[in-house]
Amino acid sequence: MILQLISFTAVMVLGVLVVLSFDPLRQVMVNGVFGLSLVVLFVVLQAPDVGLSELVVGTVAFPLVLLATIARTKETQRPK
Amino acid sequence: MSRRQRLTLFSVVALGLSGFVLWAMTDLRSFGDYAGTYGVLLNKVGVSERHASNVVGAIVFDFRGFDTLGEEFILFSSVMGVAFILRSSLKIKDQRPLDAVSNDATRTVGGLMVPIVLIMGLWLAAYGYVTPGGGFQGGVAIASAAVLVWTATSYRAFARLTPAPTLDAIEGAGAAAYVVVGLVGLGLDGAFLANFLPLGTAGTLASAGSIGLLNWASAFEVAAANILLYREFFQEYVQTFPGVREER
Amino acid sequence: MAYYPFVVAAVLFIVGLYGVVSSRNYIHLAVCLTVMQSSTYLTLLAIGYVHGGTAPIYVGFPKHTRAVDPVVQALTLTDVVVSVVVLALILALTIQAHKRAGTVDPDKMTEMHG
Repeated sequence: MILQLISFTAVMVLGVLVVLSFDPLRQVMVNGVFGLSLVVLFVVLQAPDVGLSELVVGTVAFPLVLLATIARTKETQRPK
Repeated sequence: MSRRQRLTLFSVVALGLSGFVLWAMTDLRSFGDYAGTYGVLLNKVGVSERHASNVVGAIVFDFRGFDTLGEEFILFSSVMGVAFILRSSLKIKDQRPLDAVSNDATRTVGGLMVPIVLIMGLWLAAYGYVTPGGGFQGGVAIASAAVLVWTATSYRAFARLTPAPTLDAIEGAGAAAYVVVGLVGLGLDGAFLANFLPLGTAGTLASAGSIGLLNWASAFEVAAANILLYREFFQEYVQTFPGVREER
Repeated sequence: MAYYPFVVAAVLFIVGLYGVVSSRNYIHLAVCLTVMQSSTYLTLLAIGYVHGGTAPIYVGFPKHTRAVDPVVQALTLTDVVVSVVVLALILALTIQAHKRAGTVDPDKMTEMHG
């Protein structure tokens, strides 16, 4: 019960923090922590399959595509 | 409409929307007070009817296998869309981008961990209908072994290990195998995606009939689709490196 | 505690929507979209929860133990894997838009060019 309360609150706080980080690079890091808190929440809600999915996806796939896009869209914004 | 007007309009609408959403949420049954019948029924008959101890896996590939077919084709067409959108940029075939990892410790440890991650992904996919896991999770874990190859070594090693025509073939074969198994079930039992193999004993690998075949088909398809996706994004990223010559 | 999960899901949805509406960067917009998607996963799993239930995996358990609803877990599972591929599609569009317009700011890309 206490564990569920803590996990739900952590997810809510981290979700708000993800939206409020405006720099894309910082947002990728906060999104990683948000994904981990979601995994903890899914396991606490007795859903290990969903937790596994979110773990492999949020650790490998999400940061990869986001960082590649940030690198690609930043490099021509430097003043020549 | 300027930005300020847009935000004011949004705050007015958001107040109304959140009021509606909260009103609708409090109309649901309270948390933990579950009254549905479909889930209770499936929990009761899932193991005895399909001999699969992971009831969620049995639902994904057997009881609601048609939805999984739709999801696989979403995956397939999204990867096709990404390849199409990013295809018009420069192709770097035999370039040498200066991104090779020069630290020996990183290369050794990273290279040694690639087969470990690969075996773990295959294990997750294989035991999908016995313990938590399944084709989708195992497929993404197999794709992350390929990402580890790129992280620990260089882009050239990654490109050599994962050639695009092979990946295209594996992805297409996985999606087609799912449909073929469904059609065989239609021919043998009269229903699309019917379970036609003998059910073994629950809790072992030899159980759950044709769920195993569908499991492996979707594992291959998800893994190949993910690696193709990462390939496209790596090609975009590598073009930001100095020394990459374009191919005319 | 009876309605707390649904309140959390509603908060995530509205906050994600605010992020999408007021974003100055397409990448930030895509990540806020995934926050909205997480609120739907939360709602689904909270609907299917049973007090005192275990996971619906019967390895070593007798068959009549109370378990949570497996159907919503099956729906959420494939959703999570597909959402990353859809995010990749949005980011591919961002890269192409950056090549044409030189910026990733939605407010600056208001005109349509041939």
